[in-house]
Amino acid sequence: MDDDSVFRALADVSRRQLLDRLFANNGQTLNELCQRLAMTRQAVSKHLGILEEANLISVQRQGREKLHFINPVPINQISERWIGKFERAPLRASSDLKRSLEGESHDEPHE
Amino acid sequence: MTNPTNSNFVYVTYIRTTPDRLWSALTEPEFMKQYWFGMHQQTTWQPGSPWALKFTDGRSADTGEIAEFDPPKRIVINWRNEFREELKAEGYSRCTMELEPQHDAVKLTITHSIDRPDSKLIGAVSGGWPKILSNLKSLLESGTLVFAEKF
Repeated sequence: MDDDSVFRALADVSRRQLLDRLFANNGQTLNELCQRLAMTRQAVSKHLGILEEANLISVQRQGREKLHFINPVPINQISERWIGKFERAPLRASSDLKRSLEGESHDEPHE
Repeated sequence: MTNPTNSNFVYVTYIRTTPDRLWSALTEPEFMKQYWFGMHQQTTWQPGSPWALKFTDGRSADTGEIAEFDPPKRIVINWRNEFREELKAEGYSRCTMELEPQHDAVKLTITHSIDRPDSKLIGAVSGGWPKILSNLKSLLESGTLVFAEKF
């Protein structure tokens, strides 16, 4: 559930491929996810376990079937914590540049 | 796809709190406004009673009725959009909130589904729920918000 397990789960092309497949078609069975993939059923099953451990997918029972759903909550948290924060830096740099070009002092501390 | 006749999204988060605190956070209008961008739910929570999700200015974003209410475990709401014609036309969706205690945390699962393929409503809410849940988790665990601005 921590960031480490999410990053570890995402650091594998097969697992990202499985997430893409669920994004395109949410709520698939293991059999459906195995179709047209160059992976054994066992490998797919193992990758799904790691994704579930990281809370990136949720497995819901529907009758006799187990359906896999993508869970967007941890990716959203990572994005806010590790991407949103750094995206703001270039904006600040360009506003510093603007201030200095316009001749204002920019000794004042950043917010 | 297994079930091409419906649209489904599932959101899961683990929050370090108690079921009772999380239950209050989900059902008390004043607390809810803090993490739901100023919006709140208006209902008596009795099964069968009307339910509305209100904008800050008092208009209804969504309306419907309480289908199940089982504190502190499960809420089911029959939920229809009110402010976008193409979403309203899709009719009622079903939003289920489930709480399960796990060690020192509570697993909160929100399932939002509708009996039609490629629902625009389910698509529209799928951007909002992760932000609301990130805010709720952060507020209960550390007292601060992740997203102060409306999405």
